[in-house]
Amino acid sequence: MKMDRRSFLSFLIGGAAGTTLSPLPWKLTDDLAIWSQNWPWTPVPAGGEVTFVETTCMLCPGGCGVTVRKVGDRAVKIEGTPGHPVNDGGICILGLSGLQLLYGPTRVPAPLRRAGGRGENHWEKISWDDALALVVEKLAALRENRLSHTLACISGTDGGTVGRLMERFLTAYGSPNFIRTPSMRDAYEMTLHLMQGVQASAGFDVENADFILSFGSGILEGWGSPVRMFRAHSAWKEKGVKVVQIEPRLSNTAAKSDKWLPVNPGTEAVLALGLAHVILKESLHRKEFVDFYASGLDRWKNEVISKWTPEQVEAVTGIDKSTTVALARSFARADHPLALCGRGKGSTPGSIGEFMAVHALNALVGNINRKGGVWAVPGPDYIRWPEVEMDATAAAGMQQPRIDGAGTEKYIFARHLLHRVPEMVTAADPSLVQALFILEANPYYTLSDSALLKKAWDKIPFIVSFSSFMDETAQNADLILPNHMYLERYEDVSYAEGFNKPYIGLAKPVIHPQFSTMHAGDVILRLAKALGDPVQKAFPWEDYEGCLDDTFGDALETLRETGYRVEADFAPGSGYPVFETASGRFEFIPEEIRDAGMQAMVQPQGEEPAFPLILIPFDSQRLANGYIGDPPFVIKTVPDTVLKGDALFVEVHPETAKAIGLSEGRAALLATPKGQARVRVHLFEGIMPGLVGIPTGLGHQAYDGYLAGKGVNANALMGPVEDGASGLNAAWGIRAKLSRV
Amino acid sequence: MSTNDDKAKADALTDTGKQPEQDKPEKGNGASGSILFFFLVGLIASLLVGWVVFPELLYSKKKQPIDFNHALHVDMVDEGCESCHFFREDGSFSGVPELAQCIECHEEAQTDHPEEIKFVTQYVEKYREVPWLVYSRQPNCVFFSHAAHVRLAEMDCVTCHGPIGESTHSRIYEENRITGLSRDIWGRNIAGIKRNSWDRMKMDDCAECHAEAATKTASEGEAPIEGFFNNIIRIAFPGSLSGRKSSVQTQNEACFVCHK
Repeated sequence: MKMDRRSFLSFLIGGAAGTTLSPLPWKLTDDLAIWSQNWPWTPVPAGGEVTFVETTCMLCPGGCGVTVRKVGDRAVKIEGTPGHPVNDGGICILGLSGLQLLYGPTRVPAPLRRAGGRGENHWEKISWDDALALVVEKLAALRENRLSHTLACISGTDGGTVGRLMERFLTAYGSPNFIRTPSMRDAYEMTLHLMQGVQASAGFDVENADFILSFGSGILEGWGSPVRMFRAHSAWKEKGVKVVQIEPRLSNTAAKSDKWLPVNPGTEAVLALGLAHVILKESLHRKEFVDFYASGLDRWKNEVISKWTPEQVEAVTGIDKSTTVALARSFARADHPLALCGRGKGSTPGSIGEFMAVHALNALVGNINRKGGVWAVPGPDYIRWPEVEMDATAAAGMQQPRIDGAGTEKYIFARHLLHRVPEMVTAADPSLVQALFILEANPYYTLSDSALLKKAWDKIPFIVSFSSFMDETAQNADLILPNHMYLERYEDVSYAEGFNKPYIGLAKPVIHPQFSTMHAGDVILRLAKALGDPVQKAFPWEDYEGCLDDTFGDALETLRETGYRVEADFAPGSGYPVFETASGRFEFIPEEIRDAGMQAMVQPQGEEPAFPLILIPFDSQRLANGYIGDPPFVIKTVPDTVLKGDALFVEVHPETAKAIGLSEGRAALLATPKGQARVRVHLFEGIMPGLVGIPTGLGHQAYDGYLAGKGVNANALMGPVEDGASGLNAAWGIRAKLSRV
Repeated sequence: MSTNDDKAKADALTDTGKQPEQDKPEKGNGASGSILFFFLVGLIASLLVGWVVFPELLYSKKKQPIDFNHALHVDMVDEGCESCHFFREDGSFSGVPELAQCIECHEEAQTDHPEEIKFVTQYVEKYREVPWLVYSRQPNCVFFSHAAHVRLAEMDCVTCHGPIGESTHSRIYEENRITGLSRDIWGRNIAGIKRNSWDRMKMDDCAECHAEAATKTASEGEAPIEGFFNNIIRIAFPGSLSGRKSSVQTQNEACFVCHK
């Protein structure tokens, strides 16, 4: 039988009929519908049990409690812990983006040894055993050659067990060079030490204050513990608490304040002294405090009365004398007035003269260790490890002066002076630092004067980063020993910046480590073990958790359950002597730095006319500018008047821009004595004429594609300015030139 | 101007003109016979393809990683299915047990059964989750709450899952190559015919039960003919008649009760 055209057609018709009568078309249609509604390439989060883990955020020194929501083994959301003493359920934009740091591409997956040149970012994965052996070999050789003091550690943390383990390691090894990263904490600690004779950090009873006088503190920019400050700020608005913001640029804090006083930059301390002048002259100070608990008032009063009349203050600060008088009166007449300082987020210490002037204002109104005032919060007391038994090498090493000079005659009150390190390293040959550890810090990015820093960096033969992330410092290290990131590890947080009660937060592993990382505490213990006695002897713990157990004892269990411990009924001044100065009183002019302490102003680097303008960095809650860089969620919130594509905008007053011939959006060359960068110009009437405002937290070279290569690093254009009295870095700006390109 | 229609007519005329020459009477029956033959060949072949070959091709056959004996386990536990497939504290359903649950009893092998030994050595000792193949896994667009059905409506597991608790071996898992889902969703029967309530797990099967429940409560007091039409409206437009929602049990809003 031959198949002709008709039979073929009939075959097809039969086939069509049969197909229609079979499930094939209907089933296929259904399957394709299901397939197309559930594209297999669309990621679907895995299901599982929903659990919550309460831990402590470690992305800034704020010490917030966070609750991480998990589905199965995956962390899916970070929220503030309700009822937490610091942040009570609130969370900041950086804190809630923590998961992008946990799962993002910036993690260091395993111990890495540099394969190419330094900074070229070529790495070779090595085993933990090999990595630790490398460090041990280097350290053993240094120690053998009596060079143990040339090991230094730059650490972002110092109060908790990990910071203390590192410091202890250095001590047992024989190096005094444990250097904490700088912040306003240095200046406040020194202020409390000098004026009140205590080793304590400053806490602020912001919730109970009823008049806020902020000398440039970015209350809404990340100063102190950001979420707590946000909440306090909202409460102030509800209660009608007056906020006066003193700073040369209209920041968010200034914009939301009741009064913004644009002061000539760097003259904030003068205004504080001017206010003191009015208060003293009009006898508005609180005599029950000043007369009974303070000393040195007369001398200080003479100085202030003669030197800083409202007229003189007006000439320096630009603040109208009647404004100064009115402000002084309303400040002094408030029940619980509180004066704050530390510019922006407080990431630069500032001059001790300024801090003492502002603190003296608080003392004048009797607001020390009192409701709504500044409280001296004693440091953590839970670490009671036995003294390190040093051998001759360690003892000799510890006798050496610190590289940063802190504690030496010239810088007798300073504890950490990181900004001095690059200069010291560059100056000496061979380098004073032969091996450098970096723990929870990113100095390669955050230190100013990048050119000098790079020179110093090149002179350090061996650099080890403990970073969980491929930040600038890690990128320029020789070896990376990645720590578990904060959501993967136990660690006590001994401090919440600006919090007015002794507080310990506990960070807990929310999930298993995602990579081949190791707890920095365990790394230290293993290094000590491998170095053998006498270093090993100082560390009687099997592992870091054992150390934590031993340190806290039974308290660890409750700490694990609640996630924090706070002395809720802590009241400074009751139960222990408040002022431990020689006089037993609050010192208006501490004897130790009587002349230098009155140095109210610090001049910026650079000279006119080469640099006719002044560059001031400004901070924002949307730009993390410390150890951690902005994760993608956060960088997305940066407005395009700050960053557009890769271009960074500097803020310039329209008048200033006009004089240079710049208009909105124009490209310009920004030069300072420390460097130059191409920027674009944003005209902003909220910045005083003659200034250039540059946002901090941009210009990263490391991290992911969302952050790297965007904008300019403000630190690179700045340089440290040493405060004569304290040695702290008091740079608040630098002279600059803006020109058309 | 000639249209397509005109051309077609012209072609038809030409064909008619030629027809007497080709259409010889003796060939007539043979031609229609072969037409019928080929029609049948096409019909039968496509029916065979559609009913027999297609289902064979559509599903790939996979073995469960461990041959699991439900009957044995059910006998040994106190709370039936919920001993292992339990509700979590927050009311969500745990589904297939995780390794941690199994370990509660099977930290070490309790028998010398090769499957148990395989389970202990390959999964428990290595702390590796067993990649169970889930017969009842729905596409991701489906939202289904076990709590609403088992707790609230007090339904039996068997109603949807069948007597799986009585099985002594794990069935072959047949995976749809297009959707990646188990054959159990469409049902074993390729025509979609079901005998038991657990034979299929398609949307129609959900709707069937929900419509029944809706009819039971909604059509009380309605005349039969009125009830008939109203039921159609109720299924097509849930909630439109009485303000009742698609889930009579929970009174929830329409599509997103079940669709994500």
